[in-house]
Amino acid sequence: MPRFWPLIRLVPRHTHFDFVRLAPFAAVLSALALLGAGASFFVQGMNFGVDFVGGTVMEVTTPGPAPLGPIRADLARMGVHDAQVQIFGGPNAARVQFRSVEGKDANAGAAFVASQLGSQFPGLKVSGQSTVGAKVSGELVWSGAFALGTALFLMLLYIWFRFQLQFGLGAILALFHDIALTIGLLCVSQVEVSMTSIAALLTVIGYSMNEKVISFDRLRENLRKFKRTPLREVINLSENERLSRTIITGTTALLALSGALFMGGPALFPLVFTMAFGIFIGTYSSIYVALPVILLWGVRRDDEEAVPLKPQPARP
Amino acid sequence: MLALSRWKILLVLASALFGLIFTLPNLVPPGALPSWAPSQRLNLGLDLQGGSYLLLEVDTQALSKERLTNLTEDIRTRLKAAQIEFTGLGVQANAIGVRITDPTQVQAAYTALNNNLGERLLTGGRDVTVRTGPDQHIIVAFVSSASHAAAADAVTRSIEIVRKRIDAMGTKEPSITRQGVDRIVVEAPGESDPEKLRAVIGKTAKLTFQMVDSDVSPQDVEAGRIPPDDQLLPSDDGFTPAYVVKRRTVVTGEMLTNASGSTDENNQPAVAFSFNGQGTRRFAEVTSANIGKPFAIVLDGRIISAPRINSAITGGNGIITGHFTIESAHELALLLKSGALPAPLIVQEQRTVGAELGADAVRAGAISLAIGAAAIFAFIILAYGLFGIFAAIALIINVSMIVAAMSLTQATLTLPGIAGLILTMAVAVDANVLIYERMRDEANSGRAAMAAADTGYRRALTSIIDANVTTMISALIMFQFGAGPVKGFAWTLSIGVLTSVFTAVLVTQVLIGWWFRLTRAKALPIA
Repeated sequence: MPRFWPLIRLVPRHTHFDFVRLAPFAAVLSALALLGAGASFFVQGMNFGVDFVGGTVMEVTTPGPAPLGPIRADLARMGVHDAQVQIFGGPNAARVQFRSVEGKDANAGAAFVASQLGSQFPGLKVSGQSTVGAKVSGELVWSGAFALGTALFLMLLYIWFRFQLQFGLGAILALFHDIALTIGLLCVSQVEVSMTSIAALLTVIGYSMNEKVISFDRLRENLRKFKRTPLREVINLSENERLSRTIITGTTALLALSGALFMGGPALFPLVFTMAFGIFIGTYSSIYVALPVILLWGVRRDDEEAVPLKPQPARP
Repeated sequence: MLALSRWKILLVLASALFGLIFTLPNLVPPGALPSWAPSQRLNLGLDLQGGSYLLLEVDTQALSKERLTNLTEDIRTRLKAAQIEFTGLGVQANAIGVRITDPTQVQAAYTALNNNLGERLLTGGRDVTVRTGPDQHIIVAFVSSASHAAAADAVTRSIEIVRKRIDAMGTKEPSITRQGVDRIVVEAPGESDPEKLRAVIGKTAKLTFQMVDSDVSPQDVEAGRIPPDDQLLPSDDGFTPAYVVKRRTVVTGEMLTNASGSTDENNQPAVAFSFNGQGTRRFAEVTSANIGKPFAIVLDGRIISAPRINSAITGGNGIITGHFTIESAHELALLLKSGALPAPLIVQEQRTVGAELGADAVRAGAISLAIGAAAIFAFIILAYGLFGIFAAIALIINVSMIVAAMSLTQATLTLPGIAGLILTMAVAVDANVLIYERMRDEANSGRAAMAAADTGYRRALTSIIDANVTTMISALIMFQFGAGPVKGFAWTLSIGVLTSVFTAVLVTQVLIGWWFRLTRAKALPIA
């Protein structure tokens, strides 16, 4: 067996990277990023899709390259509000989105536009269509926000139950950081926000939490092993110990998503794009948001019974 | 942990077999397997196989408005029959008020109205209350519990009627379900014409035959002088934009027993119908009494046509003429046969995916999955060598178990679900990474190979379970929150979490256990 395979042997057995020393710089970086996200949120805003604002989105195919300009002009003629027409997936396919048609209810408006476009542009076919009424879209906004809130709350409870409250708050602050930056990314990139975006955000939360749990598990173990070592050093030690896992898992997850990111087509892209970003940000925030919060706050060290709610496996 | 008990090996073999058997129908063309073999394939969501999704809301407000209008007419008829003079009959804030002109007649009016007005409730009593108010007023209102029951009943009946209509269209495997209090979800895979589906579901199809009131002149209409027991209805018959008709209905669509597309004497498309006994009798009575006068055929508040009665119609059969095409005549026949909706349905949400777009999505999903899986396999084998191959085998069993479980339970696989599947693979590999990294730690701290491997599994297990519980929490919330594609995503993620923990921990354990037994290795290949 050649020396370079398996690759894991190339990873040094012990690393002594001083993670904590970089924490102040990371804090500045995070603060700047959060500021940017906030600015983008208020200046650009989120590009809400029909799921959340109501309206219609149609995917149309044309025999030749889609005539975006004429379609726009035709929509304007029909009295369509907030029309957006763009290429979708290929040159012969376009995506037509609009809020409402003057004097018609959402569904009748959509049917009207579909028939008008069909007669104005011979060969044009509507291959997919979603129309969401104002009532439903309002409900979706609330249930989306509610889902995110519930997820955060349950995560806090779980971490509190399994670790200490400090860990739980560190994790929740990190999750807020992740959500804020992911929303910032959605604002900057103007990727359309739909119901699947909420699923993507929840996945980001799930993955990020996964990272935190792995990190906390190692930290808790080392806190028990090295009772006299300063917290700062225990954190550094723990992060170094799990460094190769962090790199390998992160790389695997990104590689796994790469196919969907580049070949998944326009329908999958917003979801996968958000998920990929979440993998980065979730890994980063475990080390540079959750752990610094715990470091600043401090943990109970000798209070053994407060820590393990579950008996640990006996050490041989 | 690496001491392989028999049950562990059996469990792993059984799960691999389960995965293989129930995944197989998805890999071979339908019908290629013998009849005793499982045949359930993955249930593709509408975004993958194409189809229509409609979220309909029963307009309960329109229903209660209609109930109040009908009750108002009842009151008018009763008071007239009792020869009681009244003014100001009308609906005010969910109740009907009327002022009796002669104070001495208030008690008589109360008695006339309080006797069997409205409908009897199952619980006893009537669904309306009648009481006297100040200034010679009588107030009639529906009991609120009865109104709720009427709304709930309307939703249930609407579902039945929608099902009848969709079945009559010949739609393949439609799913019609109630959502919340007053909503209906219709999912029709492969429906080629969503507009037709919407047209068929969205029409109330309330058919009535009403006499045209020829005594009201066009001048009266223009001046707005329409008698209280008449109404002005728009017309689509092409002769007059509107007719004044009697409010009282001669026959209604409920009295129809059959309807079909047909043609009239001029070979124009028309709808043929037949009445039940009650309808036949009523229609015969009215037509023989009104020869030479026109009557109006009214559908959902618009007049289709207003033919003149040439002779008494006693056979209970007839045709409706109007501006029909063959298709619209058939559609109307279908609607009349399945009955009128008790209340209008409002389309709140409509999503349609063409079959071609669905096929594109399947292709994109399959390519994404293949690239993702290949990348994971390549990377994990490069990183961990032989143990990486073990992890890859576990991953294959994992994916086949997910596909098997989803085929078996007929859970819906959506395009976001495919993304969920890809992420599940990555998280499953993470469990193996955690175990292997633990093994390396233990080996580095001087433990013998076998002991290091054993401790690796034991120590990593708590982290793995903790980490997967958090993923499960977010998946369950998504399942609660989401509709359609998001639900599919959550399903895939939840099934994946369960199978991942199982395969990543148990399958690799058995493989590594065997490897130790075969090679009697003294060192871990990853340390």
